[in-house]
Amino acid sequence: MKLKDLFKKGKFVITSEIGPPKGTNIEPMLEEVDLLKNKVDAINVTENQSSVMRLGSMAVCRLLKERGLEPVFQITCRDRNRLALQSDLISASVLGIENVLCLTGDHVVLGDHPQTKPVFDLDSIHLLKAARNLVNGYDMVENKLDGSPDFCLGAVVNPGADPLEPQIIKMEAKVEAGAEFFQTQAVYEVKKFEDLMKAAEHIKVPIMVGIVLLKSAGMARFMNANVAGVFVPDKLIKIMADASKEDRPRKSIEIAASLIKEMKGMCQGVHIMSLGWDKYVPSVLKAAKLI
Amino acid sequence: MIVSERKSWEEILSFLEEEKNVFLIACGGCSDACKTGGTEGLREVKDKLREAGKEITAALLIDFVCNKVLIGMRLNRYIEELKSSDSVLVLSCGIGVQAVANMLDIPVRPGDNTIYMGGFPGVWPGEERCLQCGDCRLADTGGICPYANCPKLLVNGACGGSDKGKCETDPEKDCVWALIYERLKNIGKLENLRKIYSPRDYNLILAPSERKKSIFWALETVEEEPKEEASEERRLSTL
Ligand code: SF4
Ligand code: SF4
Repeated sequence: MKLKDLFKKGKFVITSEIGPPKGTNIEPMLEEVDLLKNKVDAINVTENQSSVMRLGSMAVCRLLKERGLEPVFQITCRDRNRLALQSDLISASVLGIENVLCLTGDHVVLGDHPQTKPVFDLDSIHLLKAARNLVNGYDMVENKLDGSPDFCLGAVVNPGADPLEPQIIKMEAKVEAGAEFFQTQAVYEVKKFEDLMKAAEHIKVPIMVGIVLLKSAGMARFMNANVAGVFVPDKLIKIMADASKEDRPRKSIEIAASLIKEMKGMCQGVHIMSLGWDKYVPSVLKAAKLI
Repeated sequence: MIVSERKSWEEILSFLEEEKNVFLIACGGCSDACKTGGTEGLREVKDKLREAGKEITAALLIDFVCNKVLIGMRLNRYIEELKSSDSVLVLSCGIGVQAVANMLDIPVRPGDNTIYMGGFPGVWPGEERCLQCGDCRLADTGGICPYANCPKLLVNGACGGSDKGKCETDPEKDCVWALIYERLKNIGKLENLRKIYSPRDYNLILAPSERKKSIFWALETVEEEPKEEASEERRLSTL
C-alpha cells in the first residue's frame, strides 16, 4: 500500500518509526512493532541512523511486510554510490517495499565509525530523481530497465531550520525531483510549524508533522544543544523535569497528544518518532483522538 | 602550478545569457602557462564575447588573480566600469574566481575548470579553496566553492544538518550553503538555488594524470627509436 493512495482518499495519515537493533536480536523490535499493528498506516525503518552501524533497513522492511505491517524504507546517500543506491531501490521493490523516504543522511563523523569514507555521491534530490527514473522504467543514465519498480517517494523538511527560506526552496526542488509527501523533523513549537505551512502553501504535496516523544528533561536539553532546528521550549522541559520517573511516560504522552491536536488541522498527517517508546504510541494516538 | 582548462563556449555563454556588459579578468600566472588566461586567453575570450554581441566594459590582465592585494589595487581604478557591468568573467583557477567574488557584489563567474593544483595552492589560501573538480560551478554559487567547504560535497543546497549558518560536522565551521544562500541573496540571484544540478562527474575529479600535467616541457630528452628498424629487429628476434 502506498501512502499517496491514503492521502488521495483524504485520510489523515499516521506513521511511526523504528530503529533496527545493532545485531541480530530482532525479537524485542518485532514485539514492539506488533503493538503498532492496525494503529498506524506505516512504519519508517531508519537506516544506520545517526551514522551508527546497525541491522539494515531493507531487511527489516521486509520483516514488517511479512507481519502485515506497511514499511517506509529510509534510504540515505551516506553509504552507497549511485550504482548501489539504484540497485538497492530495485532490490527493495522486488521485496515488496512500496514507500521510500529519500535522505541525504547524516555525516559519518557524527556516528560510531567516524573514520569511514563518507560517500555522498548523490544527494537527496538526485536520489529522488533516480528513484523516479526507475519508476519510469529507466536508470539514471537512461538505460531501459527490464521491469520497473513502483514507489511512493517521500522526503524530509525541517520546520525549525534557520533561515527557513532555503528550506522552502529545497522543498520545491524535492517536489520537482519526485517527492510525493514530506515528513518533518520533530516539532515542539506550533508557531514554527505554522510558519512552515504558510511558506509552503504553494507546494501541493502532503506534509506530515514530526513528533518525537520527550522521554526526559535531559533528552530535551540534549536535542536543543545538538539537533539542528529542534527546539524544546522551557515550559515543556519543566513539565518533564518535574515529573517523577514513573510519571514521565504519562506526561510525554500528554505533551505529544496536545501537539498533535494543535497541528492536526494544518497538515495531512503525523509522523511519530518514539525512539524506543513504541509501546506508548497507541496511547498517544488515543489521547490525540486519532484512533 | 595550477592546471586549468577552458570551459565550453556554450557553458560560458549560458552564464551570460541575460547579460550584456561583461567585465573580463584574466590571470597572468598559472593560467597564462595553461593558455586559459594570459594575454592570449584574454584576447581570445574578448573577441569571442564581442562576436556574441556582448559589451566588454574592461579587459584586465592581473598577474596573480589569487592575490587579493593585487586584485584590489587593479580593480580600484575601474570602479566606474565595474558599476556598469552586469557580471565579471574570470579566466583563472577556482581560487582566483573566489578571490574576485569575495571583493565584489556583482556575479563573478569562472571561464575555466580547475583540474589540478600540482603542489601550489595559490596566493590566497584563505578558508576558501578549490578541490579541482574539473567542472567549476562557481558561476551559480555566487563565487563560493561548495565542494571545498561542504563535507558532503553537496551541489543542491544545504543538508538537514545546517543550523543557524553552522555545519553539522563542526559547530565552529560555517555551513557553506548558508554562505552561498546569503551571497546569492545579496547579488539578487536566489533563483540559482531553484535549479537542480546533476551529480558530480568523477571522471573529471579523478582526472587521469595526462590531463593534470603541470610541466609543459620535458626534463630529459628521450631518443626515439627509429620505428621501421626497431620493428624489423623485433620481428627477427621472434623468429
Ligand atoms: S567548483 Fe570549486 S572545486 Fe570545482 S573548480 Fe570551481 S573552485 Fe575548484
Ligand atoms: S551543514 Fe552545510 S556545509 Fe555542512 S555538510 Fe551540510 S550542507 Fe555541507
